Amino acid sequence: MSTSSLHRRRLAHLGILLGPASGFLAIFFLCPLVIMLVYSFLEPGLYGGAEWVFYPDNYGRILGFANPDFEVYDPVYIAIFLRSLRIALVTVAATLLVCYPAAFQISRLPSRWKNFALFLITLPFFASLIVRLFIWVLILKKTGFANMVLTSLHIVSTPVELIYTEGAIVIGMVYVFIPFMFLPVYASVEKLDWSLVRASQDLGANGFQTFWRVIFPLTLPGVIGGSIIVFIPALGNFIVPAVLGGAKVMMLGNLIEQQFLGARNWPFGAALAMLVMAAVLAILFFYIRFEARRGDDAPVLR
Amino acid sequence: MGEHIVQLERATKAFALPEGGTITALHGIDLDVERNEFLTLLGPSGCGKTTLLHAISGFVQLDAGKVRIDGDDVTERPPHRRPVNTVFQNYALFPHMSVGSNVGYALDIARTDRKERNQRVGSALELVGLGGLENRLPRQLSGGQQQRVALARAIIARPKLLLLDEPLSALDRNLRQAMQIELKTLQAELGISFIFVTHDQEEALTMSDRLAVLNKGLIQQIDTPRTVYDRPTNAFVASFIGASNLFEGTVRRSSASTTVATADGLQIEAACAGGWKPGDGAAATALIRPEQFALAGAGATGPTIEIAIEQVVFTGLTFQIHGHTASGRKIVAIIAAIRRADVAQAEKDGKVRLGYDPAAVHLLPDDAPAANEAVAGVAA
Repeated sequence: MSTSSLHRRRLAHLGILLGPASGFLAIFFLCPLVIMLVYSFLEPGLYGGAEWVFYPDNYGRILGFANPDFEVYDPVYIAIFLRSLRIALVTVAATLLVCYPAAFQISRLPSRWKNFALFLITLPFFASLIVRLFIWVLILKKTGFANMVLTSLHIVSTPVELIYTEGAIVIGMVYVFIPFMFLPVYASVEKLDWSLVRASQDLGANGFQTFWRVIFPLTLPGVIGGSIIVFIPALGNFIVPAVLGGAKVMMLGNLIEQQFLGARNWPFGAALAMLVMAAVLAILFFYIRFEARRGDDAPVLR
Repeated sequence: MGEHIVQLERATKAFALPEGGTITALHGIDLDVERNEFLTLLGPSGCGKTTLLHAISGFVQLDAGKVRIDGDDVTERPPHRRPVNTVFQNYALFPHMSVGSNVGYALDIARTDRKERNQRVGSALELVGLGGLENRLPRQLSGGQQQRVALARAIIARPKLLLLDEPLSALDRNLRQAMQIELKTLQAELGISFIFVTHDQEEALTMSDRLAVLNKGLIQQIDTPRTVYDRPTNAFVASFIGASNLFEGTVRRSSASTTVATADGLQIEAACAGGWKPGDGAAATALIRPEQFALAGAGATGPTIEIAIEQVVFTGLTFQIHGHTASGRKIVAIIAAIRRADVAQAEKDGKVRLGYDPAAVHLLPDDAPAANEAVAGVAA
């Protein structure tokens, strides 16, 4: 009797502790997801909405087996997907390039300066994202600050098109995602054991060899963690391309938003969203497989 | 030149302190290390022993002075270009590499032929008693095993000199004692010099061919363990190595005897056979090791000191008698356990008369800085 009542008490505790979070996620995450999944297989209604008919051609429009009666297969969706993938990867690479060396510098500062530097890294969060992005518009536009500097230094004779380009999106994305990359990378750099670096040098390795054989592998968990945290939101990001890419450069996020709000084609938008999610899940799956092979001492973030 | 495997000439290093000012870690040290010698650097923490080791391995750049290894001036060379390997304090094994990759690291860096590399990794592990564990990860090994891997990793590239930075401090007592003997054997087998850093005097006495005692950036004394123990050059060395009873006072010299008169009225007789012979009226400190005291029976001849017993500690082999003289001076004596009946009687009396042989009393000059400077120059 006592064991079973103890067991029941444990279950009750668990329910109290996990209940609110589980309930919240079930209502506001799982339900919408299921709704989206269902919608992605429904026929778009003629004037918005959806007909309750099984209709796989939403995916067909993207992947190449469109229903010839209603729509045509257009490779533009694949192109947008590939472009988004490219921009997200470039963003990951660029943030890493900025954050990795900075993490080493900051980790070796005296602790007072270290905390100040960490505060500076998180400082952008104190201002609204939209405001910060519109400042980039002011900098990058034809009559903006960047062009002013370029022309006054006679690097270019007439103002160049900086905004509404893929480059502008990448700049904006790097700017937005630097803190997300920095914190996990810093966490793994901070706890790097420098006696291992000394051991490597002692055994005859020069700086380059020590970096590749010791420093990089030991900070890899932070690099991978940061990359994932940046890559996933970068792939589906829609604010940055909306502000800095304008109508000229579209990413998946904008396409999805357009389908839902502009074209009022919810099933097609849902199908696009599902494909983004599938891509992200596939990448995470391979990462977990890779980590499992490396052993249990390297979780994503430590 | 070329005789010694390592030569330090006037090695000087000061570190800036974060709160301002500097601390001198090496104070113009001269040191010659013989080939095939087990040299121990012993001293309290902050004495400069680790800095001295790092000056040889290259992790510390000297402010002034020279480092020569096997006759080559390596003062300006970075660590990876010095023919020296180190066993680090906490082993510093690469956690992401197998034992085999750890041990083979130096050979992989040197791009040694694969077959030769594997064969040498195998035999290095064999040498430290870990044959066949190539594929384990360091964290799957015990502390003692990790220690051996670190050792195998450091000797595989056949360095001209092995540096050991307090490698045994993390091991428990039994394992540490076993490793002390093993290290000594290994050193003889490899035929290279070991420089071993420790703050543990027992370790230093057990393993060394020679022992250098450091304090405040200076070598206080460098000699064989027995000489350092029996004839320390100053009170610091005397009190750092082994327990000691020190009597500081003024020398009274006559044709018949030499005595040290302390301020609290004790007269310590010394034979001054060999070693320092101070003149009459000189300031000196007399050293009597605890084990040189004997229980003085009723018919004892020779000098004695009477103490009131505070505590008697039985350690199995010996009794440690802690007490004080009439003037309150602390005295420690170690008496063989075979005298247990006499010790029991003394304990009951609450006091005991301790005899000593004047020939076993060692006289030290006063611990003035000038004496330290003079000592620092004496190197082998």
